[in-house]
Amino acid sequence: MKAKVYVTLKPSVLDPQGKAIKHSIELLGYNGISDIRQGKYFEIAIDGSQTAAQAREEATRMAHDVLSNPIIEDFRVEIEE
Amino acid sequence: MKFGVIVFPGSNCDHDAYHVISKHVGQPVDFIWHRDTDLSSYDAVIIPGGFSYGDYLRAGALARFSPVMNSLQRFAAKGNLVLGICNGFQILCEAGLLPGALIRNRDLHFICEHVNVRVESAYTPFTHELKAGSVLRMPIAHADGNFVCDDATLDELRREDRIIFRYCDRDGQPTDAANPNGSRDNIAGICNRERNVMGLMPHPERACEDLLGSSDGRDLFRSLAGTLAAAA
Repeated sequence: MKAKVYVTLKPSVLDPQGKAIKHSIELLGYNGISDIRQGKYFEIAIDGSQTAAQAREEATRMAHDVLSNPIIEDFRVEIEE
Repeated sequence: MKFGVIVFPGSNCDHDAYHVISKHVGQPVDFIWHRDTDLSSYDAVIIPGGFSYGDYLRAGALARFSPVMNSLQRFAAKGNLVLGICNGFQILCEAGLLPGALIRNRDLHFICEHVNVRVESAYTPFTHELKAGSVLRMPIAHADGNFVCDDATLDELRREDRIIFRYCDRDGQPTDAANPNGSRDNIAGICNRERNVMGLMPHPERACEDLLGSSDGRDLFRSLAGTLAAAA
């Protein structure tokens, strides 16, 4: 089983890296991009003894306590069985 | 009076802090390895600058889980003095000992230069020998020094006189042009509600000798030592 955790900056937090990436992509001629926000992605391999619900609960705690900083970031957890 | 300087894997201003305490403050000081948990013999602890754990995940994020940090939480809760410089400030924010967070600099650059900061409050154990409104010249050296917090936190910091340093121009004006990293409200340093934990991005320990371009940081360490002497 695999937990996938997506960590993204809160909408209210400026993302200078995303802005720089957007600028570079526009230099390549891509038009019509209104915004790019950079985030982080984690894949957590979980051994088979857990139920999906347990895995989701654990991954959510890990995301809250370690993988994200709740002051500046949001996160989303997906479980892949 | 005894000082401790916490050393994480990747700390690189630990020796600077040690040097300043032993040479300029003239007091005993130990390095404290991040796996040590006994802080009982210290009166003040400095979390130095550097790149603890390579800044992996977020600056300061992994250092927060080192064994010494639980002891530091208790040390701070008892009212003992904790000073976080640069990476130390980032660690204190990640650990929840100070509010807000430090994100990538507005212009993405790693900035290594001397800046001016204005003393906003002399009402801390770290700044009482400084004059509110005075301008200090100190170096910064960071990629993630952009202080962010929500509106409620900013209001609280202002109301409680907890913004201790702000980036300013030579005349002491906290202008946008004098803000090197995009920090909210030009914030360069803050303290906790109890005023015994302070964090700042500039490096006072690298500004204690004229040979290094500035000795403005000395009064900060003198304040700290003065506080401890008065309490002894």
